[in-house]
Amino acid sequence: MAFGAFQSTVAGGAQAAPVVQRRSPVALLLLLPGVLYLILFFLTPLLSLVLTSFQAPVPGGFAGDYQTAFQWQNYTVVVETYWSHISRSFIYALTATFFALIIGYPIAYVIGVKLRNYPLWQALALVLVIAPFFISFLLRTLAWKQIFADEGFLLGVLKTVQIIPAEAYFTGTPAAVIFGLTYNFIPFMTLPIYTSLERLDLRYVEAGGDLYANPITVFRTITIPLSIPGVLSGILLTFIPAAGDYINASRDFLGSTDTQMIGNVIEANFLVLQNFPQAAALSLLLMGAILILVSAYVKRSGTEDLL
Amino acid sequence: MAEASAPVRGFAEAGADLSLVGVSKRFPGFTAIDNLSLDIPAGSFFALLGPSGCGKTTTLRLVAGLEEPTEGSILIGGKDVTQTKSYQRPVNTVFQSYALFPHMTIAENVSFGLRRRRIANADQLAREALELVELAHVANRKPAQLSGGQQQRVALARAIVNRPALLLLDEPLGALDLKLRRQMQLELKDIQSEVGLTFLHVTHDQEEAMTMADTVAVMNQGRIEQMGQPEALYELPHTAFVATFLGQSNLFTGQVTSSSASTMTLEVAGVAMVVPLDRAQVHRGRVTAGVRPEKVTLHLAKPQGAGRTVIGPGRVIDASFSGVSTQYVVEVPGLGELTVFAQNTSLGDSARPGDEVYLSWSPDHAFGLIDHPGGGEGRFAADTDTGSLAVVERERLEAELEES
Repeated sequence: MAFGAFQSTVAGGAQAAPVVQRRSPVALLLLLPGVLYLILFFLTPLLSLVLTSFQAPVPGGFAGDYQTAFQWQNYTVVVETYWSHISRSFIYALTATFFALIIGYPIAYVIGVKLRNYPLWQALALVLVIAPFFISFLLRTLAWKQIFADEGFLLGVLKTVQIIPAEAYFTGTPAAVIFGLTYNFIPFMTLPIYTSLERLDLRYVEAGGDLYANPITVFRTITIPLSIPGVLSGILLTFIPAAGDYINASRDFLGSTDTQMIGNVIEANFLVLQNFPQAAALSLLLMGAILILVSAYVKRSGTEDLL
Repeated sequence: MAEASAPVRGFAEAGADLSLVGVSKRFPGFTAIDNLSLDIPAGSFFALLGPSGCGKTTTLRLVAGLEEPTEGSILIGGKDVTQTKSYQRPVNTVFQSYALFPHMTIAENVSFGLRRRRIANADQLAREALELVELAHVANRKPAQLSGGQQQRVALARAIVNRPALLLLDEPLGALDLKLRRQMQLELKDIQSEVGLTFLHVTHDQEEAMTMADTVAVMNQGRIEQMGQPEALYELPHTAFVATFLGQSNLFTGQVTSSSASTMTLEVAGVAMVVPLDRAQVHRGRVTAGVRPEKVTLHLAKPQGAGRTVIGPGRVIDASFSGVSTQYVVEVPGLGELTVFAQNTSLGDSARPGDEVYLSWSPDHAFGLIDHPGGGEGRFAADTDTGSLAVVERERLEAELEES
């Protein structure tokens, strides 16, 4: 939804610009800070990233020395080298988005519809959804690492009572990474859906019941379709950052070397290996892939029809 | 068109009787409906008429299954449906807000109920229903693209396409302008006689109720005051509420001084008023009698006609001309203000404000009421449950907060 708003602003602005220009220079002046901000902090780094992605090593230079070039092979090399990381990122992000939706939708439904007549409980439940934001998500993810540690409370107890074998572990597995992603993004999924459901006119639900639809059918044919704008925003707000996440999958948190996502690779290339061109090429590929996926998704869901 | 193929499609073959038996509905702090019993015969057009807050919409929601009664039972076609959910009842509602599903096209809205009951050729039937309300050309649009009047007709099509045994109408014409409302009233009436359904129509518009319904029940404070054919209700109201809510009435309260075999005489501020016994609900003691404004004749000189109830002189304090008739307000000492409707049939002098006039009417048009004006307050027993008191108190405080 935020996406659509951005697009429409750009389109509207382009059409309206000449008219505004003729009528009042003040409007342009007011636009200036925003435009400058975008040029300075969005376009410039993006351009720099594009240039970096084509750089080639300086012959005989130290590690980290690169010069301007047009080495497009950087892209083919990273795709070949890191293909498994790219596909793993999207699979993890998709799975986490799916679980966040399965968990977030009922929460949003209870808060937005069932608690409507109990404002106090509704406010309390909303606070509980937002409360995790008061603690840094790094700390919260570390806390999960402690909870899931091999000799930690949870696995320790399960091992003692021999429900799981003594050599079992959870941290470092794909499941742990997906768990971390799901956990961290549940609020981003829940809040937009809540906003949609909170505005749901219950008279439609009553009308559905009046027209012979049982509660399950009403939910399927009326409640869910009317909450699609929120579901769409929630999926975008979860999937985009999850695909680029490099905290949950990191060895220092819930992941291992086998669970590295594309974000970890980019981080390592930029900060450890100092292979700036490859890191830049990967970043741009990730950006492009997400952009294509998301616009295809938004187009197919047809948000403009729903709003 | 429904009759021939109805059993095959699984539709109701005809309208069904509706019975409410001792139904009460209490919300925290107030009683919406108090021990209501009602029988609506199959195939009739029944109107529940009353001011807002009288419990008529709650009654409709109880029948639709959107609320559960606190006490009593509801029977549709002789079957007790009190414990069933709304989707299990052979009832459809045209909602006041229309409640058309915004994410579906008009055709999808209309065929929604048919699909839920897995009725074959739902699309065909939906199109026929849309043709009936002359909206087949908008079948592929979304509700937001339609005008209020069109939406109302779609809501109607969406309900009647299911051929429910009982169709509930919740002030469905409220949002329409006068011309469209008249047109829809006639259409509704046509549809009702054509398909033979039982209609339960809830409205606060007395004219709408009287023009459309076979039977009108006037509801006030959770109770039915009087029920009958529109003409009977208008000509012979039983209570002060009906006399004043359904049209206007001039009411007088006095002591019965004498009575004969067929009439009784009331003494009101020194004036003798004759009321036929068969038009009076109470025959002795203090009685309120009344007469409709259009039954009263205005005289510029004291009339000599025998056998008429004559009062006056009074003074015209207001005259408002409305084309076919003129409404006069006449102040009569001891009796208060009386309203008179006079047809504008003569070209001669008419009364002007300030003129001294006499009023007369035939005793046959007078009626005697069972109660007195201003009665009906405190009908419900005080609800002193602590929970209810708390709710009432909180509402009072909230109202106070909003004011300040």
